[in-house]
Amino acid sequence: MSQQGYVAAPPYSQAQPGMGAYQGGFGSGPTQPLYGHYGGPPQALSAPSAGMMKSSVSPAASVPLPPGPSQYNPNVQQNGSHPQSYPAPPAVSAPYGQPPHSLYNSMASPGPPPTQQLTNQMSSMNLGSHAQGLQSPPPPASSVVQQPFQTPPPSTMAPPQMPPGLQSPHMSPLMSPPQSPPASTAMASQSMAGTSMASMGRPFPGPPPPGLGGFQQPGLGSAGQPGYPPQAGQFGGYMAGAHQNMPGPFTGPPQKKLDPDSIPSITQVIEDDQVKQGGQVFTTNIRGQVPPLVTTDFTVTDQGNASPRFIRCTTYSLPCTADLAKQCQVPLAAIIKPFASLPKNETPLYVVNHGDTGPVRCNRCKAYMCPYMQFIDGGRRYQCGFCNCVNEVPVFYFQHLDHMGRRVDFYERPELSLGSYEFVATLDYCKNNRPPNPPAYIFMIDVSYNNIKSGLVKLICDELKTLLEKLPREEGMETSAIKVGFVTYNKVLHFYNVKSALAQPQMMVVSDTAEMFVPLLDGFLVNYQDSRAVIYNLLDQIPDMFADTAESETVFAPVIQAGVEAFKAAECSGKLFIFHSSMPTAEAPGKLKNRDDKKLVNTDKEKTLFQPQKGVYEQLSKDCVASGCCVDLFLFPSQYTDIATMADVPSHTGGSVYKYSNFQVETDGEHFLRDLRKDVQKSIGFDAIMRVRTSTGFRATDFFGGIYMNNTTDVEMAAVDCDKGMTVEFKHDDTLSEETGALMQCALLYTTISGQRRLRIHNLSLNCSSQLSELYKSCETDSLINFFAKSAYRAILNQPLKNVREILVNQTAHMLACYRKNCASPSAASQLILPDAMKVFPVYMNSLMKTAPLVGSTELSTDDRAHQRLSVMAMGVEDTQLLLYPRLIPLHNIDVNSEKPATPVRCSEERLTDSGIFLLENGQSMFLWLGQASSPDLIQSLFNLPSLAHLQGHMCALPELDNPLSTKIRSIISGLLEKRSNSMKLQIVRQKDKPEMLFRQFLVEDKGLHGGASYMDFLCYVHREIRQLLT
Amino acid sequence: MTTYQEFIQQNEDRDGVRFSWNLWPSSRLEATRLVVPVSCLFTPLKERPNLPPVQYEPVLCSRANCKAVLNPLCQVDFRAKIWACNFCFQRNPFPPSYAGISDMNQPAELMPQFSTIEYIVQRGPAAPLIFLYVVDTCLEEEDLQALKESLQMSLSLLPPNALVGLITFGRMVQVHELSCEGIAKSYVFRGTKDLTAKQIQEMLGLTKPAVAGQQGRPLAPQDAAATCKFLQPVHRVDMNLTDLLGELQRDPWPVPQGKRPLRSTGVALSVAVGLLEGTFPNTGARVMLFIGGPPTQGPGMVVGDELKTPIRSWHDIQKDNARHLKKATKYYEALANRSATNGHSIDIYACALDQTGLLEMKCLSNLTGGHIVMGDSFNTSLFKQTFQRVFSKDYNGDFRMAFGGVLEVKTSRELKVCGAIGPCVSLNSKSPCVSENDLGIGGTSQWKVCGLNPSTTLGIYFEVVNQHNAPVPQGGRGAVQFVTQYQHSNTQRRIRVTTIARNWADAQSQIQHIESSFDQEAAAVLMARLGVFRAESEEGPDVLRWLDRQLIRLCQKFGQFNKDDPTSFRLSESLSLYPQFMFHLRRSPFLQVFNNSPDESSYYRHHFVRQDLTQSLIMIQPILYSYSFHGPPEPVLLDSSSILPDRILLMDTFFQLVIYHGETIAQWRKAGYQEMAEYENFKQLLQAPLDDAQEILQTRFPMPRYIDTEHGGSQARFLLSKVNPSQTHNNLYAWGQETGAPILTDDVSLQVFMDHLKKLAVSSSA
Repeated sequence: MSQQGYVAAPPYSQAQPGMGAYQGGFGSGPTQPLYGHYGGPPQALSAPSAGMMKSSVSPAASVPLPPGPSQYNPNVQQNGSHPQSYPAPPAVSAPYGQPPHSLYNSMASPGPPPTQQLTNQMSSMNLGSHAQGLQSPPPPASSVVQQPFQTPPPSTMAPPQMPPGLQSPHMSPLMSPPQSPPASTAMASQSMAGTSMASMGRPFPGPPPPGLGGFQQPGLGSAGQPGYPPQAGQFGGYMAGAHQNMPGPFTGPPQKKLDPDSIPSITQVIEDDQVKQGGQVFTTNIRGQVPPLVTTDFTVTDQGNASPRFIRCTTYSLPCTADLAKQCQVPLAAIIKPFASLPKNETPLYVVNHGDTGPVRCNRCKAYMCPYMQFIDGGRRYQCGFCNCVNEVPVFYFQHLDHMGRRVDFYERPELSLGSYEFVATLDYCKNNRPPNPPAYIFMIDVSYNNIKSGLVKLICDELKTLLEKLPREEGMETSAIKVGFVTYNKVLHFYNVKSALAQPQMMVVSDTAEMFVPLLDGFLVNYQDSRAVIYNLLDQIPDMFADTAESETVFAPVIQAGVEAFKAAECSGKLFIFHSSMPTAEAPGKLKNRDDKKLVNTDKEKTLFQPQKGVYEQLSKDCVASGCCVDLFLFPSQYTDIATMADVPSHTGGSVYKYSNFQVETDGEHFLRDLRKDVQKSIGFDAIMRVRTSTGFRATDFFGGIYMNNTTDVEMAAVDCDKGMTVEFKHDDTLSEETGALMQCALLYTTISGQRRLRIHNLSLNCSSQLSELYKSCETDSLINFFAKSAYRAILNQPLKNVREILVNQTAHMLACYRKNCASPSAASQLILPDAMKVFPVYMNSLMKTAPLVGSTELSTDDRAHQRLSVMAMGVEDTQLLLYPRLIPLHNIDVNSEKPATPVRCSEERLTDSGIFLLENGQSMFLWLGQASSPDLIQSLFNLPSLAHLQGHMCALPELDNPLSTKIRSIISGLLEKRSNSMKLQIVRQKDKPEMLFRQFLVEDKGLHGGASYMDFLCYVHREIRQLLT
Repeated sequence: MTTYQEFIQQNEDRDGVRFSWNLWPSSRLEATRLVVPVSCLFTPLKERPNLPPVQYEPVLCSRANCKAVLNPLCQVDFRAKIWACNFCFQRNPFPPSYAGISDMNQPAELMPQFSTIEYIVQRGPAAPLIFLYVVDTCLEEEDLQALKESLQMSLSLLPPNALVGLITFGRMVQVHELSCEGIAKSYVFRGTKDLTAKQIQEMLGLTKPAVAGQQGRPLAPQDAAATCKFLQPVHRVDMNLTDLLGELQRDPWPVPQGKRPLRSTGVALSVAVGLLEGTFPNTGARVMLFIGGPPTQGPGMVVGDELKTPIRSWHDIQKDNARHLKKATKYYEALANRSATNGHSIDIYACALDQTGLLEMKCLSNLTGGHIVMGDSFNTSLFKQTFQRVFSKDYNGDFRMAFGGVLEVKTSRELKVCGAIGPCVSLNSKSPCVSENDLGIGGTSQWKVCGLNPSTTLGIYFEVVNQHNAPVPQGGRGAVQFVTQYQHSNTQRRIRVTTIARNWADAQSQIQHIESSFDQEAAAVLMARLGVFRAESEEGPDVLRWLDRQLIRLCQKFGQFNKDDPTSFRLSESLSLYPQFMFHLRRSPFLQVFNNSPDESSYYRHHFVRQDLTQSLIMIQPILYSYSFHGPPEPVLLDSSSILPDRILLMDTFFQLVIYHGETIAQWRKAGYQEMAEYENFKQLLQAPLDDAQEILQTRFPMPRYIDTEHGGSQARFLLSKVNPSQTHNNLYAWGQETGAPILTDDVSLQVFMDHLKKLAVSSSA
């Protein structure tokens, strides 16, 4: 087992046994001493030799049966003892808590109130179910598995629950206390938790408790802990939580006992942060300041550090030494989105011109002038904040210093006072020392039979007529400087001469796909405004010209090659929009063959499904980047197309891949057009090269994203747009000083849409600390998970999936264990203690492991998995956050008059109600879920239909009805479509209909449809791992 | 009997044949001693207005390796309805359709006056003519404009059902689709990549999946016509094509300072050849290539695009310094051979001030019977009219062009054919009448002549194989049959058969007869062709030495002289002009490369080996007419002594028409006397050569360069370089001042040449 995984952290030995158990599922039972208690597992092991899910099911089922009473007893005792420390205020619980109450009570027979602690047994059982969940795709199987767990011990789930983060001390090892027996005393926080949990649908409305300060108070933590220590493994039956989404014959009502509210909730965390920091101004004047969550709506004032919209870090307080970093295993990374779009109320970046000599830079490390340069010697010299080199101030740049030692022109110069700004680049920064030409967009349309038949070609041609009017243009310019060109292709390529002087366009066919070239120069890339008439003529004719085509073979690599050649010939950079339908099987370079093999899933060779085919495409990526050719691929496949390979070039050139399986104009047309419009119009920079400089002591070592790297430091991108994020990992070189902190400067050289060469600079300063607690305090879960997602997705190219999953879990456990060990106040080993800043980290991590690429299931299409893998690689923090924890918004009880956005609920089936209507979106997909008992009034006002039964399938938009509810919901939907970087297709699913399965896979707190544990199970498992690490 | 002069003339008029000897020496040994081989100039499609073609198939000898056509020389037994082949003596029955023949009722082919006869035969569907324009777009704006206009004009000259296609090239090669509406489509090829015919056809979408030709049935040409969007009937696409030509732009790729435009002539031709090969093999087609400069990239590149590297000169070639020469030549030869195999001819219209690579490309036309036209610019009347003349029509209103000709030569036993020199390729047809000794393109009895016109003339060389000790019976005759199959411009397939016979003579006893049967004009041209053919592969001086030796040997053989006494040397009338022809031939651009670029040499040689005897003689020894007040215009000696101040000279070198005004005439003209009513006669004198020149200009193809110059004019050099330098700066005073103009040259004059010849001829040591 390759421990030294892809993750930054070095492998740690303690983890291994745990990992073994984890991966192996039941098979590796022996490593788990705990199994011995049950007696069951060993048997199970012997039976399912192959380790197949199905066979393992039955043994698993037997696991819980044998538990000896000895184990439960302590639980009971613990539980019994528990109420004393965590009594829920009866007054509160009574009114709110009925449903959970009853359930809980019935389940909780062995012991009254649950505790937060997870016991050994529990975790071991969890282990079983978890592992199985991960590996066994078929949901029914898992339900079977769980059954045994549930039955024997009437268990309440006592997941480590997180009351509102603010109140809870750093960790959230809280009990779910809403149960009836009014326990003796309760701390304020406890009662809070109780109330909030009890109030089912309305999570945590309570005000922040006193003394929160965003970070836990040790006092609280310690206060909470005393109650727990004696408790051991009281949760024998908690596993039940896992089965929640599988109401099957086996799951008796008694299982539904756990209160899912009792474990940390992302929606709650998000809402709390929104409440706390929403609408406020975040001023970037303090080093190492943790920004609000990405989900929070706030305004940034740049005062010397880059806005979190541009750069976010996994932690804002770096450990001082490499040892510390190694010890805590928290990855040190920054997610940079250099072109992030800013809201209207934030100032766009200033452009600084330092004249003919170019920007002032440090002589040694070449860092650009920035707020971290220390002016000395009366302003005649400055010391570089990055390398400490003392440089002469150029004469033209000289300025006196004030009494504070600051330059007098401090506020007049963005590069001295701001975190982000741009420099005008001189010719030295241009290719061949010549100013660049304005970039070009080339639209390359596959006109093979499929695309013609589906009506796609006509759709594109019609759309382009209007869309091209809206090409992005420089602020203040009348028209866009971007040139446009058109190519159609099937087995051969057709270029079009659309010179404005022509009466009609001319078509030039290039059949030599082996050595692609551009047949014309003049008239291929034109200004749209000038050539509008000819282009109209062309776009009108294209669908007709190929109307009776029978050609179904296509080429692909030559198409990109043609784009590259065109840009080379025109000496500009730009973007290709390729609208492609099928796997390129025509005889030409880059010809592909079907290599989809479901048999590889869950084997060591599974990685090959994600690896692009070598050769042509590799070289093509290189060429593309070298000539600033970004490739956006719109795919309309009806079967496997080897996206892993086809998307290779887009994914190295800062491009995007959009996929519309089985495209039909009626249902997918609008969805596609929205994507296309966004894609064409979004702000973008071309021919970019990025360098991340850091102050001494650490450096950027690894880069993830839609990038190409020729060497280890220069990040090359054919283009970078407002949605693309690069994740940069840092490593220590040396000891960092708490005093000076850690500085980073990201410099991006690029060509603007009008063809100017610019340097975009983002500076960020971080704290350094020799205290790990500082680090944990400054962690940012959203960024962390972004890093983990990308590193895991990259790792699956080289390692078996199960190793990758293992390493993820391992590192999660390790990070948390380290916290527990070093930062948390001493407490019982059985207690799960999470750092406040990372308390929802396990949800994300669990969700990540359930994503299509990481879950080994033959039911998932290989293309979908590859596609998701690649799209995540270029995502920023917002996107990964949303992807891994979709928004589930109840709509049935929405207040149509309120301005406030509807509050999302947790992604779990539990939160759905038969009579409800929910909207779920994750930035890629969007569902409108209609409960089977939803009120006819709602249906009437949304669909103008008498009842749900009348609803036709394949609806992709809500009808425009003139009633407040319809208006409101449509505005919510359009608002979301507007906000997200991808447009999403609205899928309407009815409860219990078949398509509901699609929807369900996004309920990430539940057990995965294709395998993967429920949140609760996962948490238990992690806890067990932690415990193991700690012993 | 009439004189040989008349006999020769008659034969030429009837059969288009001129033999070097009209009496044949009866043994191999004797024949070789005659120096000039038994050979003939044959004009297969000589215009015969009085020869209506017959509408049936020729009757062939049944012997498998003979297949000679029934002809007037055959012995016919009318009763038995049997004829004896005069070549192999096979006795053949007449076919049933000849049942009615009798002494009185003979078919045309048996009548003596039909020694040349033409058959119209039905062979497969009539294929339309095809004209594929291959146009260079790296031209100056005016040139391109002029060319476009010429091309547009030419559309109106084409027969309406002819197929026409257009390929343009510059840096890239574009094949234009002509059948499309709305949007102009073209297929583009990279100009640097050599493609096989198969690749080209695939890329043009011409290869249909195998199912198309079901059950092995080959695609009929009609089907191909329907599917080939690049070649369309003129009447259907002339509007389209006119527009397309009108919109042709100069090659848009920028040409940096100090560079030549990138011109992919090689690939363009390859595409053209491949296109026709795939769609219309063995159909009459002309690829018409218009170029304004040398190929500068890709296969067939003649010179790089760096202007600082000049295009190869003779000097470079001699120094083996022409980098691309061999490769390019090889490339074009391969193309030419492919094209010839498919019966397509390739024309080259090269208009540029510098060389365009004709040296390398000449084989394209030479092997396929295409034209080469060389000019300074497309915007000159020389090009425009020449091009127009390509489409000239004969008295029947048919184009003077024929396609896909196959010439077969059959000989009687005593004779074998050594080879042919002309615009043809060998078909490698080994028959019993093929000699082992090659002269010209040999080793075959059949040649393919893809493009023919009424003046296309081949030199055909024979060998007498009869052994000395087995004399031919007295009165025996040797016979030669020329069978020319071709596609007439009205798309009919035709076969023209010419059968001739000559008497055998014993060279020892009848040497005077043989001498008097010598056709010195034909012989001069035939020897010149051999010389030119050698010059293509040998060093210039070697060829001259060979020619000289042949001349000396001939003079030794037939001259009358006393040993070692040059003054006693005499030649009979039938040989008297021959040395003079050789003198001028030695100085001609066909053998002298000095002062000519390799392209020019290629151009001159190209025309020399295809024109008929009259034109060839003009090329060897230009004609000089003199106009004066002293009498009617008269031909004068091509000699510097003819250049007199009060004369106007008109010189026709075939390639140039020079009107030279003598010093006095030029002064008068400058003074404007011709404008004055009282000097009407002077005006007429000035006009007379112009009118005569006009007449020549009207008929000649290619149109000659027309030069109007005067004494001391720079262009007078054209005249001065041709005349015999009897007066030079060296001997000027020896010859007296008053006659003629001195020529500044070190070349020997005819007199010196003759003196040397006599000396060598009579020398006993030679």
